[in-house]
Amino acid sequence: MDQIGFLEPRPAVLSRRREIVADLLDLLPEGCLVHEPRELVPFETDAFVSYRRLPLAVALPETTAQVAAVLKYCHRYGVPVVPRGAGTSLSGGAIPQEDAVVVGLSKMARILEVDFANRTATVQAGVTNLAISDAVSADGYFYAPDPSSQLACTIGGNIGMNSGGAHCLKYGVTTNNLLGVKLVLIDGTIVELGGKALDAGGLDLLGVVCGGEGQLGIVTEATVRLIARPEGARPVLFGFDTSEAAGACVADVIGSGIIPVAIEFMDKPAIEICEAFAKAGYPMDVEALLIVEVEGSEAEMEAMLAGIIEIARRHGVKVVKESQSATEAALIWKGRKSAFGATGRIADYICMDGTVPLGQLPFVLRGTAEIVEKYGLRVANVFHAGDGNMHPLILFNANDPEDAARAEAAGNDILRLCVDAGGCLTGEHGVGIEKRDLMRHQYADVDLAQQMAVRAAFDPQWLLNPSKVFPLEGRPAA
Amino acid sequence: MTPVHEPLSEEAAARLVQVAALSRTPLAIRGGGTRSLAGVPEGAETLSTRGLAGIVAYNPAEMTMTARAGTPLEVVEAALAEKRQMLAFEPCDLRGALGSSGIPTIGGVFAANASGPRRFVAGAARDSLLGVRFVNGRGEVVKAGGRVMKNVTGLDLAKLLAGSHGALALMTEVTFRLLPVPETAATIVVSGLNDAEAAAAMATAVSMSVEVSGAAHLPESVRGRFAGGALPDGAATVLRLEGLAASVAVRSEKLTAAMARFGAVTRLDAETTGRLWREIRDVAPYADGTPRPLWRVSVAPTAGHQLVAALRLEAGVDAFYDWQGGLVWLRMEADPEAALLRRYVKAVGGGHATLLRARPEVLAATDTFEPQPDAVAALSARVKASFDPAGLFVSRIVG
Repeated sequence: MDQIGFLEPRPAVLSRRREIVADLLDLLPEGCLVHEPRELVPFETDAFVSYRRLPLAVALPETTAQVAAVLKYCHRYGVPVVPRGAGTSLSGGAIPQEDAVVVGLSKMARILEVDFANRTATVQAGVTNLAISDAVSADGYFYAPDPSSQLACTIGGNIGMNSGGAHCLKYGVTTNNLLGVKLVLIDGTIVELGGKALDAGGLDLLGVVCGGEGQLGIVTEATVRLIARPEGARPVLFGFDTSEAAGACVADVIGSGIIPVAIEFMDKPAIEICEAFAKAGYPMDVEALLIVEVEGSEAEMEAMLAGIIEIARRHGVKVVKESQSATEAALIWKGRKSAFGATGRIADYICMDGTVPLGQLPFVLRGTAEIVEKYGLRVANVFHAGDGNMHPLILFNANDPEDAARAEAAGNDILRLCVDAGGCLTGEHGVGIEKRDLMRHQYADVDLAQQMAVRAAFDPQWLLNPSKVFPLEGRPAA
Repeated sequence: MTPVHEPLSEEAAARLVQVAALSRTPLAIRGGGTRSLAGVPEGAETLSTRGLAGIVAYNPAEMTMTARAGTPLEVVEAALAEKRQMLAFEPCDLRGALGSSGIPTIGGVFAANASGPRRFVAGAARDSLLGVRFVNGRGEVVKAGGRVMKNVTGLDLAKLLAGSHGALALMTEVTFRLLPVPETAATIVVSGLNDAEAAAAMATAVSMSVEVSGAAHLPESVRGRFAGGALPDGAATVLRLEGLAASVAVRSEKLTAAMARFGAVTRLDAETTGRLWREIRDVAPYADGTPRPLWRVSVAPTAGHQLVAALRLEAGVDAFYDWQGGLVWLRMEADPEAALLRRYVKAVGGGHATLLRARPEVLAATDTFEPQPDAVAALSARVKASFDPAGLFVSRIVG
């Protein structure tokens, strides 16, 4: 695919490549700079694999001071910088460009402190999302945001994209669970924002750094909130004859005042794909499936489930299946969380991430089906229904350029539909390069200009992750 | 009296800011004026949101509301109560403590990021704010965020505006998320603990899977001022449980059993619970009609009592604790002791202290907001300039 453009590489940087590499080798310990073209290939893209660019070099610093030294150098010589966690971005947030130095945080992967009395964990940015929960689970705690890629994705990347996950309905997304960061600004200045206190003084800079897509600075350490694990948790499967009925049921559950921990939606193609992969015991004779998870004491789960089942009956639920054991519960979630991977086994796909108001779910599901049909493609829907965060997976054949172009066009139409329905382009994956050129559909020029002005307050020369988020035309002169 | 502008529409507000920009007239943005104790600086004019009032959209099924910034908080809360919904973050009403009058507005609540006891589990006002429309210092009408729960499209400017105390822009309209009102609530009271023991008891309580939604410690000096004197003798460490009745009953028993090793345990019913936590939220014991300096200090939960213990050796202070000990309401007997307090805040691991009340001349001479380290202050000043390049909006939170 080549419909999304990148900034033209800066000739002044490309022509100095050899010198820049030599300087960075001086700044970093041995083994912390990748610069041989062959070795740069693993860094040429992320999980948005349709686009790839070889970077100039990849720095893999081991300390915050080394990150600061690299940024200070790049700032001085006008070299673009692309921050990278685990490279699991679905929107191309970590895709480099020819004149950029990638700063990868993979060597900064230590858990620095766990403080149960204050319920915080302080970790380096390269620690994986799941590693935090793993480190504290024996003591009865967990870290709440749980993107499907949690085994691989890093907390630094989660902060960059303000990542969500299935359980955000109750516990919120990254920004609601982040207390503080150590941030390196583009000129090499190291600042600390927030800490173990629940809120920080001054302007809420942390609030805008989270979700800043690596354009405001590079986070090297983070302090996150830990949550006491509930007494029990139980996912329940609800099968429906139509997607619309399932969507309407979701809106009614939330409207009734019951807030489960998670409500996940799968349509028939998604059910088939996931069941074939995970053998999760999903019902196969329904058109749409909801996974509703409740948690708490036995009494509380029973009471909530009774309320949810009553609402589901009003929407003609066909199958209600409670998990009978921890193994079954784990399988139900394994099926859901492997949806993207399992889909990847049967076809190429692009994953959309629009969010819509709950009342619009049935309308947008119908519209999505019509759009995909118009382009002659197939779609599997699997998403976080409780907060209206949709993930249509548009299936196509990457070896057929026309098919790929159609998929991209269909995806763009779906996102426009989400915005027109009162929603937004991206609920948790970020804008990256993928949705950059649609930003004007959601925001007026004056809205984007204000965001770009804030961005420039952090990085006046637009060196950090420069090809991302904001349309390339109409940017302020650096 | 300085002039007060009350534009009746967003467009009028934008024009007013454009005119002020031309004449370089500083503007002090005001909601209900319930927190404006320091007054308006010399030469500045007041820009009030009073004329920008009314609920624009309320969708109970989606648990979101959009309201103009000047909408009185009581109007918002009355509309929510009809549908048994609420603001999760329990905004405080500090009129009693500050001796101020005026009507708190929903815009003011977000501009101050005013968050009460449930903040430590349900997030602050900023966490509930989904979208905002505002007039920046260039007189442009800008929108940020939206009306859906999950939205990472572009920079999260709504977070920046929350808690910005009028430094960046005039918020004209806010969209925020709601939660259902819990079916019932109860409070477990552990009596007779000193501050350090209370910190340990609260840490234990919040580590249990019983979903404590309020954890405060009320030392003996203030205990009698709460719930009409209904709390048992001795300091009261109070733990709130909310939810379905059957579940609250089960969790109460579990929590009572676990707390018994710390001290004598009693239980408050739903009605007393409601009253007690409103009083904690509104800092009732220091609604004492005096101008004695009142601080709001935010530190790590286990650091709160260490801070107070250290201060006691050098100054006359009275204090009580919310947010599991991390929110300290401090009343100084005489001088605000800003430098001393802030030195100790750093010593116990960092946080911030805001001076909310003092004699006017003391307020004017004190950094009411926590001064930021140089690099952060410089960055904050650049961020302010990105909204308000001419420095039109006067606010003490950014230099």
